[in-house]
Amino acid sequence: MVEEEGFRRYVAHIILWIGIAIVAFPVYIAIVASTQDNALIANGQMSLLPGGHFFETYYQTIFVGTSGSTREPVGNMMLNSLVTALLIAVGKIAISIISAYAIVYFRFPFRMPIFWLIFITLMLPVEVRIYPTYKIVADLHMLDSYAGLSLPLIASATATLLFRQFFMTVPDELLEASRIDGAGPLRFFWDTLLPLSRTNMAALFVILFILGWNQYLWPLLITTRDDMQTIQIGIRKMITTTDALTEWPIVMATAVLAMLPPVFVVVAMQKLFVRGLVETEK
Amino acid sequence: MQKQAIFQSKLLPYALVAPQLAIVLIFFYWPALQAVIQSFLLQDAFGLSTSFVWFDNYLELIKERAYFEAILRTFFFSFAIAVSSLSFALLLAVMADKPLRGSMLYRTLLIWPYAVAPPVVGVLWIFMLHPSLGVLSRYVRALGIDWNPLLDGDQAAALIILAAAWKQISYNFLFFLAGLQSIPRSVLEAAAIDGARPMRRFWTVTFPLLSPTIFFLLVVNIVYAFFDTFGIIDTMTRGGPGKSTETLVYKVYSDGLLGGNLGSSAAQSVILMIMVIVLTGIQFRYVERKVTY
Repeated sequence: MVEEEGFRRYVAHIILWIGIAIVAFPVYIAIVASTQDNALIANGQMSLLPGGHFFETYYQTIFVGTSGSTREPVGNMMLNSLVTALLIAVGKIAISIISAYAIVYFRFPFRMPIFWLIFITLMLPVEVRIYPTYKIVADLHMLDSYAGLSLPLIASATATLLFRQFFMTVPDELLEASRIDGAGPLRFFWDTLLPLSRTNMAALFVILFILGWNQYLWPLLITTRDDMQTIQIGIRKMITTTDALTEWPIVMATAVLAMLPPVFVVVAMQKLFVRGLVETEK
Repeated sequence: MQKQAIFQSKLLPYALVAPQLAIVLIFFYWPALQAVIQSFLLQDAFGLSTSFVWFDNYLELIKERAYFEAILRTFFFSFAIAVSSLSFALLLAVMADKPLRGSMLYRTLLIWPYAVAPPVVGVLWIFMLHPSLGVLSRYVRALGIDWNPLLDGDQAAALIILAAAWKQISYNFLFFLAGLQSIPRSVLEAAAIDGARPMRRFWTVTFPLLSPTIFFLLVVNIVYAFFDTFGIIDTMTRGGPGKSTETLVYKVYSDGLLGGNLGSSAAQSVILMIMVIVLTGIQFRYVERKVTY
């Protein structure tokens, strides 16, 4: 082992704690602000220690919303975000795993063209085609609906590529064995391949859930009704009104609530998260 | 490319690819095609008639000073975000790679900001550095800076870069740490036996072995700065003051929605698509290189 002097180790600890402080500071400020009185914050006299308005602010945020700009309770926005994120994550995994299965385990006309059609979508993030996509979703009467929020984000090549890669590493003997047992293609998929893919699916789910929860530009365009807003859109509307009227404690409480689910997922499922992140980027 | 053991079935494979193919065709290819078509059309002010104008929308763009500035600005933002975030993350990763007590805890405490959404990042930072109520603003003023990012374009740009780089630290840190951990210890030990001091070991052994990771992260960070900064910009400055924080993606959004200039917005989308294709191409070339490496 390369020897490390005690002094260098000491320095490493200090640098890491400085890094953690820099990373955590903005969030600490948000948490503190969400427990304080709006008048103090608006005067620029915010204390750096938590105040006494925790329950009051969070109760109002979750069940009532701001009194000015958005009257929508943030609890409802969180529900919209949750449904959207789950639809995106589950939908993506479901349609990608079956198409990857078809591409790896079957030989059929147009197999490669279909694979390429899916593959190329890697290069078309929603940001570069927002208005035409908006128009299609509007024509399909999917504005202000969960389908409109999730469907255009469901099709992605990354998940298909990931499953394809994984299926290629599954030994052929497994297929031979289940064939001898008289299993057909669907049987083999359900009984053998799906259980083997469990970890991959879970890792992918973690990443896709975070990405889905954090969607911004697309929901911004296609939600017009307040009760269909996701939490990310809600925050923006809260700070739209002139500065003096912004209810900062509620804005900050909303920011904290918006961070909570995805951050929890990262911390609680760290192993799956790291795995998913590294694998989807390949 | 394909398995030796395969199933024989005429219809089943099509049924299996159908859902994904349908979504891809409806929500990717159709709109992308529309964007290309739209970019060759000009609509009158009331949306009553459209005419085919060849490359006029593109020519208008090239002549438009604001567009040229948005390109430069986007590249500058990308560069500034990538360099600052990568160097800070590399420093942290090198420290966390050492055999320290509590290194797992450090990792956990450094990676969670990945999960913070860009609009929330924007809200957090504008709140901290708001000219009238930000808790950090008075310290910035104490340095003798007339701090007002809501009025001063350069300060607004600095704020966006800072916030965007902050969010990206955790992602870069994670990949750097993985890269560092894949470097064989024996190589470093050999260098140590040869008498190389830690700093020298880093620059002559670790850094060159890390170069594929650095290159990969550079591309990812540029793509991030192009697209994911939208949420940060939209909650913090809305592209302002003036147009001093308007990136290419933000311009597509505001020209199409607020300005109602769909032809120009479509032309900008097409140019962006070409840029993404080039960036993705570079990324894939790198992946090939890693295989032969």
